[in-house]
Amino acid sequence: MENILALSKKVSEAAEVFEVAAEETSAQFETNRLKNIQSKQSTHLALRIIKEGRLGYATTTGRDNVKELIYNAVETARFGMPAKFELPPLSSYPRIDIFDPAVEATPLEDMDRLGQELIELITAHTPEILCEAMVGKETESVKLINSSGGQAEYKKSIFSVGIYGSLIRGTDMLFVGESRSSCNPITQPQDIARVVIQQLELAKNPASVPTGQLPVVFTPRGAASALVPSLVTAFNGKTVLQGASPIGNKLGKKVFDAKISLWDDPTIPYRPHSRPCDDEGVASRRTPLIEHGMVANFLYDLQTAALAKTKSTGNGDRGGGSLPAPSPSALIIAPGQTSMDDMIKDIKEGLVIEQLMGAEQGNILGGDFSGNVLLGYKIESGKIVGRVKNTMVSGNVYQVLKELTAVGSRAEWVGGFLCTPPLYCPRLSVASK
Amino acid sequence: MPDIETAAARLAGALKKYKADYIEARLERSQRSHITYRGKELESAGRSTAVGGNIRALVKGGWGFVSFNDLNDLPRRIELAVKQATLVGKEESRLAPVQPVVDTVTSKEDGPLNIPLAEKKKLLDEYNQIIWGTPGLRTSVIGYADSHQQTIFLSSTGSYIRQPRTDITLRLSAVAAGDGDVQQANLSLGSRGDFSPMRRLHKEVEEMANKAVAMLSAPQVKGGEYTVVLDPVLAGVFVHEAFGHLSESDFVYEDDRLRQVMVLGKKFGPKELNIIDSAAVPGLRGSYKYDDEGVPATKTYLIKEGKLVGRLHSRETAAKMGEKPTGNARAMNYRYPPIVRMTNTYIEPGQASFNDIIAGIKEGVYAKNWFGGTTSMEMFTFSAGEAYMIRNGKIAEALRPVVLTGNVFTTLNNIDAIAGDLDMNQGGGCGKGGQFPLPVSNGSPHIRISRCLVGGG
Repeated sequence: MENILALSKKVSEAAEVFEVAAEETSAQFETNRLKNIQSKQSTHLALRIIKEGRLGYATTTGRDNVKELIYNAVETARFGMPAKFELPPLSSYPRIDIFDPAVEATPLEDMDRLGQELIELITAHTPEILCEAMVGKETESVKLINSSGGQAEYKKSIFSVGIYGSLIRGTDMLFVGESRSSCNPITQPQDIARVVIQQLELAKNPASVPTGQLPVVFTPRGAASALVPSLVTAFNGKTVLQGASPIGNKLGKKVFDAKISLWDDPTIPYRPHSRPCDDEGVASRRTPLIEHGMVANFLYDLQTAALAKTKSTGNGDRGGGSLPAPSPSALIIAPGQTSMDDMIKDIKEGLVIEQLMGAEQGNILGGDFSGNVLLGYKIESGKIVGRVKNTMVSGNVYQVLKELTAVGSRAEWVGGFLCTPPLYCPRLSVASK
Repeated sequence: MPDIETAAARLAGALKKYKADYIEARLERSQRSHITYRGKELESAGRSTAVGGNIRALVKGGWGFVSFNDLNDLPRRIELAVKQATLVGKEESRLAPVQPVVDTVTSKEDGPLNIPLAEKKKLLDEYNQIIWGTPGLRTSVIGYADSHQQTIFLSSTGSYIRQPRTDITLRLSAVAAGDGDVQQANLSLGSRGDFSPMRRLHKEVEEMANKAVAMLSAPQVKGGEYTVVLDPVLAGVFVHEAFGHLSESDFVYEDDRLRQVMVLGKKFGPKELNIIDSAAVPGLRGSYKYDDEGVPATKTYLIKEGKLVGRLHSRETAAKMGEKPTGNARAMNYRYPPIVRMTNTYIEPGQASFNDIIAGIKEGVYAKNWFGGTTSMEMFTFSAGEAYMIRNGKIAEALRPVVLTGNVFTTLNNIDAIAGDLDMNQGGGCGKGGQFPLPVSNGSPHIRISRCLVGGG
């Protein structure tokens, strides 16, 4: 890497080399049994240069073709965006525990057994269910050096477990599932099985809701599929800079219900989205986004922050091998006062949304969402009575989050990226047939 | 490190020496470039190269898969794949037999590689100027990407196939903003390597920008059931989401209940309905000569005269269902094993004209252009980029984008008119099993669906 940096400095004013090396192994289960074991070794090398004031960028998969890498970065720098920032010099990072050698050391046999046990717990409840499952481990080494003397290096371990069950009766299909991830090994299947079994229990009886305005409780998974995609876009400093965020000019203003607080946090120990610094070498920190309903901050990388005349929040992310861009690390919504049971008890006729399909296809920027309730339950006189189907809900994230009846008292992680309690919304437009 | 040709030559004789029922290797070298604009400025331009490969082994019905960037020490990778497969395998290995193929496929379509980045950028500048010539716009995004892959496929049964693949995508969107409200319009297209379709979009780009602004003053549709007319682009997304995924046999082959639902001969739609998937049609984004298991591409009727007559297979699903392989096992790149995927999927044209189709509709929705789509097998949703009310047989006021949803098994039966104007949409990308976006195309003539659930976008 030092060699690439040295050669790049000869043809540019500033340069940065970023490398991720990863080893992952996963046991994959189909139709209730182990079907496939996969191992993936990968290296990703990215070079970013500033030449005549402009950004050049190239990536490759190995150190064999350094010449080509530099040539490609130089070619793109002819057109690249003018660089408005300086690469960060050597700085100190918070110590965040994200590596557990026990992940790498977990034998395949244990991963196989965990998957089998998980499937057995679920098929013991519903014998005719067919499960797909995945138990995976990954170790990732990240290294960054730049021509300002900046350096960062860390190792991360990730253990993940996911299960998806399908129950088919004629052309009636029910899909249930749950996934978990951690930087420590996951050894017990019970917690995950409990979530899936509860979904199966609640979905046992069919129920239907009328077309019209109904109160709706979003479970953590429901909130993740319906409400979060719009917030991710709206708090992105780039969207704000372009004037396309509906809350871009609302900094310091109360836009959301006072019961809502939201922040980005890459500093929680042993969470898969935690890290000591972002992909540009800027130190990690917790960034409040909504404080009691008030818009508190937006998320920035170096370039976007410089253009917006502010500072990077340490959210430069190279997802998919692209140039760094602002992106949340992990979003947390603060729990409130009301239990999920009390929310349900409060509703005479309404809907619980566990999973919404297609919500991310709507007008994300404007906050409009609309989707088919893939998994959801009808509430009647304070009780869940069964599963709804052929039901579509639509609304606007900003209208929903402006006035909530209650925020749940227990937050849960959904997919490693979001931790949220259930959200109780007084009315939402429901169409069913 | 050896290049992919040298590495392949070393593997050629070696694959059959291991204790496995079947082993294959795929080696790949690729080059990509991309240019992105956000707002008036170019945001990012980049180039990337990758070299990698994988080994897949089958032992007693269990698979082991190993992918890597480092082409040194391939025997160790093969041993690992075999070891993993051995740990999994407790049944019998079954693969539909295919003739080993030794072939070098060549293509004229390395077009985008020979066009300098500067020329691509100049074209995108023109489009961005058109977008920004439209009053009322807040921002815009343009994403251009091209890639060229060279793959070598080898198997323990003696296949040795060299195949290139070129893919180009261009997606533009214009975002208009009013009083606390944001609306966007999109245009997306792709090609199997021919750059020229990217050059002729000036008029479409202008229309797109105007649409985004017009949508701000458009009303939202009242959610409910409507008679819906889909344009060829959206009907193509509909056939992909609402039926295509269900015809992928890996969902079906080991699931007895689903096999009963998907039994051949079952009526799915009206007599006029024919649905085809074919990688063998040349020149489309889902086209190829051999799939990623070395099986030649075919043309497969999925629905003929309204009845289920076929499905898409890998070698394993075909063997287990006692059917012929269709050459539909595809992998996005060397990091993934091949799984059953669609290629170019379309509804065959019928007889009606567009005017015939809308003539009898008192109140309905005309939904155009693609925004997205997804399926759960039983349920599907897909969203239109543009929508209009149909009133008394005529296209009436513009609406905000709509989302359509329904049940696969009833909605196909509710298709009650098919026009003759088949058109293929090359702008999409398909996601399945973590592999996204895989180049596919889909298409249809205009179709009419009675009783479709519509929600406001």
